[in-house]
Amino acid sequence: MNGPGREGPGVDLARGEGARGEEQGDLAASLKDLVAGILDEAKRQGANAAEVSAGDSTGLVVSVRKGELETVEFTNDRGFGITVYVGARKGSASTSDAGPEAVRETVRAAINIAKFTEEDPCNGLADAELMARALPDLDLDHPWQVDVPRATERALEAEAAALAQDSRIVNSEGANVATHRGYHVYGNSHGFIEASSGTRHSTGCSVIAEDAGGMQRDHWYTVSRDPEDLENPVDVGREAARRALARLGRRPVATGSYPVLFAPTEAGGLIGNLLAAISGGVLYRNASYLVGSLGRQAAAPGITLVEEPHRRKGLGSAAHDGDGVATRAKAFVDDGVVASYILGSYSARRLGMTTTGNAGGVFNLDLKAEMRPPEALMRDMGTGLLVNGLIGQGVNLVTGDYSRGASGIWVEDGEPRHPVDEVTIAGKLDDMFKGIVGCGDDIDRRGNIHTGSLLIREMTVAN
Amino acid sequence: MTTDDRIDTARRALLDPGEISEGVVSGQLARLTGTDIDTGELFFQVCRDESWTLEDGAVKGGSFSVDRGVGVRAISGEKTGFAYAEDIGPLALGRATDAARSIARTGHGRAPVLTPARTPARYADVDPLTAAPEGDKVALLSRIDAFARGLDPRVSEVTVRISMSRETNLVVATDGTLSGDARPLSRFDVSVIAEQDGRRERGFGGGGGRFDTGWLMDGDAADGYAREAVRMALLNLDAVDAPAGTFPVVLGPGWPGVLLHEAVGHGLEGDFNRKGTSAFAGRLGEKVASPLCTVVDDATLPDRRGSLSVDDEGTPGQRTVLIENGRLVGYLQDKHNARLMGVASTGNGRRQSFAHLPMPRMTNTFMLAGDSDPREIIESVDKGVYAVSFGGGQVDITSGKFVFSATEAYLIDKGKVGPPIRGATLIGNGPEVMAQVSMVGNDLELDGGVGVCGKEGQTVPVGVGQPTLRIDGITVGGTSA
Repeated sequence: MNGPGREGPGVDLARGEGARGEEQGDLAASLKDLVAGILDEAKRQGANAAEVSAGDSTGLVVSVRKGELETVEFTNDRGFGITVYVGARKGSASTSDAGPEAVRETVRAAINIAKFTEEDPCNGLADAELMARALPDLDLDHPWQVDVPRATERALEAEAAALAQDSRIVNSEGANVATHRGYHVYGNSHGFIEASSGTRHSTGCSVIAEDAGGMQRDHWYTVSRDPEDLENPVDVGREAARRALARLGRRPVATGSYPVLFAPTEAGGLIGNLLAAISGGVLYRNASYLVGSLGRQAAAPGITLVEEPHRRKGLGSAAHDGDGVATRAKAFVDDGVVASYILGSYSARRLGMTTTGNAGGVFNLDLKAEMRPPEALMRDMGTGLLVNGLIGQGVNLVTGDYSRGASGIWVEDGEPRHPVDEVTIAGKLDDMFKGIVGCGDDIDRRGNIHTGSLLIREMTVAN
Repeated sequence: MTTDDRIDTARRALLDPGEISEGVVSGQLARLTGTDIDTGELFFQVCRDESWTLEDGAVKGGSFSVDRGVGVRAISGEKTGFAYAEDIGPLALGRATDAARSIARTGHGRAPVLTPARTPARYADVDPLTAAPEGDKVALLSRIDAFARGLDPRVSEVTVRISMSRETNLVVATDGTLSGDARPLSRFDVSVIAEQDGRRERGFGGGGGRFDTGWLMDGDAADGYAREAVRMALLNLDAVDAPAGTFPVVLGPGWPGVLLHEAVGHGLEGDFNRKGTSAFAGRLGEKVASPLCTVVDDATLPDRRGSLSVDDEGTPGQRTVLIENGRLVGYLQDKHNARLMGVASTGNGRRQSFAHLPMPRMTNTFMLAGDSDPREIIESVDKGVYAVSFGGGQVDITSGKFVFSATEAYLIDKGKVGPPIRGATLIGNGPEVMAQVSMVGNDLELDGGVGVCGKEGQTVPVGVGQPTLRIDGITVGGTSA
């Protein structure tokens, strides 16, 4: 199929990337110089310590819809942010402009903020000896030499595969191909300045299925550091169509208490709620139902959550956290017990603890447990709801109250019966995590949290 | 501030520093003109933000940012080419133009004659960042912290935040559009946690709009937000489990208008309807709600958080009736979707920043008042839920299903408001729920000015509002079956 993109005069990312490749060392070096210059300026203006984060990324996003090119977006994001410490006071400022005047003004703005904030003994850089010294090769930088015509073709393939799947696929929200490459430099006045670069590529497709009961849409996508690791676009399109079709023919269910099986696409977000509840920021604010939970049971025995920050090609991989602190593999939850909070250096000091190298969050999180095929979990469930879509916020970390909109498949006697939509599932997070009675081997590896299906003993389903 | 003043302000802020002359601007527009290109547009923008946060009894942090850049868009039929630069200079602008126009075969056309669209200002040209000295803002936060803690000994945590921004933009386009705008925005938030017998609950209060910080500095508005946050947290300490199942629900006035934002607003945005992906697509003129419902989107309200003198495509902000007495009468349009659907833009073309493409977005969306007494509406319910505050909502515009999550709600028993219930999500289908609106109050209120709307990864400030109303049946996602 000929995409209209082929007719264009061909400004494309490949040309940009080619030039980039030769300049790669230069760009990292010039970003490092910029960061060093900003740190000097901060010192000159009276900061006794400072930290700077600077980035420069470029990308291409090509979207098609109904067999035609729809948008071509060239992204190009730059800028830096600085935090200065004046005594035990702190101020932050950021800008998209990295010219000498903007540097002076941004530093001045940060120092000015610091003048008006109050002293906080927990402020300051992370301890110097914690800085990442050895930087492992994480293999994160795999530029994709894809130009607009080829990206268009790939997106069209995905969409065509979806539309061809079934006559009930009646419309499309389109398909897209995206590629990004970014350079990032973090530096602080310990003399630590490190550059990293990484790529991220994706192909996604979203289509609409319709029957007498109305329209339903669903999507699928593939994402990776290396274009070689992306799923075939035809498979992406087919999966999007399969998922949209599986939503047709919904029937109501009776309000009541049932076991709930979270599909892998939804289970990652649920585990994210648990991680959020043991993160420093909510703990020192007493804004979590898991305040004081270190060493206590927070999930069913057998559930272990481990972080592996140095995984090669990992989407969440990083050698150091947002404080420059070396990241390291560890368990946050071990056999259901909270083994470590998730801390940066500020929240650690607030809690009288030591940073875990998690300023900015977790880096590649895996759920480990005895894993079984999802069909076996369905048989265990007997009668209940398999949730494959969630909507809305509805999670209160302070109380642990959980109530969200859900869609999925009704299961009876271990067999899928019919789609369900416009229901809510509700419970208490603490009961839900302690009530995990099965983990699937159908692991979704696309996000920062890798988990398979999770079977929860009981939740309230309302319809 | 007149249209010309706004354009002059924008020129001085955006073109002069990078020495972008009128010749450079018309040269770029000429390069975005040609037989294959329907529209070309340059969007220059600078946004300054400042915020201060108090927690644990002290103002421990503040931040300031400046983001500046230019977005260039070329449209050819249904195709859009887009690029942007964070350096507003002739070289970077030229490169962005090259990239954006690469979607089409281009000639080098003639630059358009630019004509400002005359439109009244919907807010004053003020700078919320510099209106009050830093020391006063910090002192306000500390005062409110002490005030909130003094309201009740059960208040254990207080977080107070003041944030201010001023955005200046300039739009020029090959269709002759020339517009400038300077948009102030300020906001104040109080969040508290109250603790009793080991149980902790949270409460929120806050507000804002397109004005400077005078409203906080000069009166006792900030005290009111603190009082509201403390009241809600204390109330929730006594909350019982919410019911599960389908019940009549009475929604209070103001912020519960998030119902309209989710149940109808998004579904009426032009892009989804042009593409036929909305549950409301192709239903213009049809009955989509009970006859009691008239819903409008109004950018012209003075000083509201969602108000716009001109939108991000240079179209004057306006009032658009979406649903009139239950009948669907209008969609929200930006220029691109309006052109493809053969209608006029409704002034709803909005973008998060120069680095994002504009889309049809809501401004201030609300339901007009009816004639029921709010008390009678509550008394009409035998067993149900009275919900007065919400955390937020979400919609799937294709199936029409939407949710919104209550943060303050009560049981109704035999027409009387009973005990508060724990936060619960309400779920329904837009057109079905709107058909079940059986009573509309005479007490229209707009929200306090804290709404943020997200769509395709872009956020913009919005307003919502409604009178008290009764929905005969909607699913309440509690745990008490």
